[in-house]
Amino acid sequence: MYPQVLFKNRKPDRIASMEEYRASGGYEAMAHVLKNFSYKDVRKLMLDANLLGRGGAAFPAGRKVMTVADDAPFPRYLVCNADEMEPGTFKDRVMIHADPHMLIEGMIIEGYSARAEKGIIFIRPEYESAARILDREIEKATAAGYLGNNILDSGYDFDIVVHRSGGRYICGEVTAQLNALEGKRPNPKQPPPYATEKGLWGQPTVSQNVETLVCIPHIIRNGAEWFRNLALTETGAGTKIFCVSGKVNRPGCYELPMGIRLSDIIETHAGGMREGAQFKACLPGGASTAFLTPEFYDIEMDFETLKKAGHRLGTGAIMVFDHRTCLVAATLNLTEFFARESCGWCTPCREGFPYLRDLLWRIENGQGKEEYVSTIKQMCHHLWNAYCAFAPGGIAPIESLLTYFKDEVDAHIREEKCPFK
Amino acid sequence: MLPEALNASLQKKISSAEHPRELMVDVMLELQDHYGYLSDEALEAAASLLDLTPLEVEELATFYTFIYREPVGKYVIHVCDSVVCWMDGYESIQDHLCAKLGIKMGETTADGLFTLLPVCCIGYCDRSPAILVNRKVYGPLTAEKLDNILVELRTEAG
Repeated sequence: MYPQVLFKNRKPDRIASMEEYRASGGYEAMAHVLKNFSYKDVRKLMLDANLLGRGGAAFPAGRKVMTVADDAPFPRYLVCNADEMEPGTFKDRVMIHADPHMLIEGMIIEGYSARAEKGIIFIRPEYESAARILDREIEKATAAGYLGNNILDSGYDFDIVVHRSGGRYICGEVTAQLNALEGKRPNPKQPPPYATEKGLWGQPTVSQNVETLVCIPHIIRNGAEWFRNLALTETGAGTKIFCVSGKVNRPGCYELPMGIRLSDIIETHAGGMREGAQFKACLPGGASTAFLTPEFYDIEMDFETLKKAGHRLGTGAIMVFDHRTCLVAATLNLTEFFARESCGWCTPCREGFPYLRDLLWRIENGQGKEEYVSTIKQMCHHLWNAYCAFAPGGIAPIESLLTYFKDEVDAHIREEKCPFK
Repeated sequence: MLPEALNASLQKKISSAEHPRELMVDVMLELQDHYGYLSDEALEAAASLLDLTPLEVEELATFYTFIYREPVGKYVIHVCDSVVCWMDGYESIQDHLCAKLGIKMGETTADGLFTLLPVCCIGYCDRSPAILVNRKVYGPLTAEKLDNILVELRTEAG
């Protein structure tokens, strides 16, 4: 059993109350920061801890907040991205249901380091129960004096509100999310200006994922070195909430050290493959990552190691496929997701995904032709011209299907049917 | 016409917001709850409350998954059809629902009780195959469990 930091108060059937959170040392980090730290101290500590954004992009959290200039105007905003819509990902939901005050404390400290006065939790409509929990617990934290004006006599003012989305994948993209928050069509925007310079309502805005924010109080309490040492690899830092789903015995969320081996996650923690199922591939971090094949079965799961191997850790949502699952059909399903969820703002993405879906549909349904493979490759190449990172993410499974499972694609075309049916 | 109480509570929220437009989705959801869907009348009410044109509201109303511009049943059933639910057999769940309710995906039962809609990954992959009924999750599902859920909902609806 590895140390449980983020999930230390997690219970099977209910959230941890504010009293339980406090009894486990909760809100001590915030009190310590407000009393003894400058906002710059917090920024430096996050950088030293090598805290990388857990929403999928792995951008250093400390460096992001450092891009808020000292003389940047006020008000400033902190946006907590709880819009997790990456297929296979459910860690933020589990985290909020486990210990909502850890998120509130993390937001206060991050808000302080950005010198923001308002925090906004942007949450997807499928997580209405989590949104209600947050509404209620924010009220409790305010009543306890942890939110509002002059928190613990420090002179720092900070409030948090919950913003419910109407539900679309693109709203998880930071710039689109800012448009959504302003009540505009959630199209992505290309920097410059960066959100930390001109974000929400034209004001400096820092966006962080739920899982990134909950790490912060622990880094304050235990130090940067302690956080880095939680990882099993030199390049990693902290723990990671892995959400495992698919053909394993115990799908679920597991807090494990960054850098733990994929095989260990599947076999020890997720209960191994289901009876009769053999590991064929997995998507390591949501639908926007490439298939990991058995040759990567023992890979150390941290951002850097996967990057070196030509892969991405993404959100750490591990979806496991077995030898009886057709990966052409799986990729077709993933592409259907992107075709449906494309926001339609730019042509490559809006037109490209339905085109790719149709080609994959034909191959899966016995109407494939040899030349489709090169057409798919060409179309994937066009999608790199899309306006935001959505499209390059969406083609990752398709490109890796052609790299690692070309035989399976060829068999569909040759036999004029899906060999798995 | 919008009931006075709802109109007043929305007016109050909007006037206390620093940027009224940020309440767009909240206002649409509340009006939708009242009308059953975001009717033309509701859309115009939202526009007038937020001092926007109906077109500006329409642009968002048609964008979001959980805003309905057409009438829906009392219970909107969203069937997750993304990759993990696919792996765990959402298709049989969907077929079972269609057969039981006698409708296709996208349709509403004649008694106005149920609407079936597909939805992208709802973030309950540890409970797949999963569905949402009026944004409440159910899963992991079997045909038998679905039958029980439908009976419960019918009883609740009276």
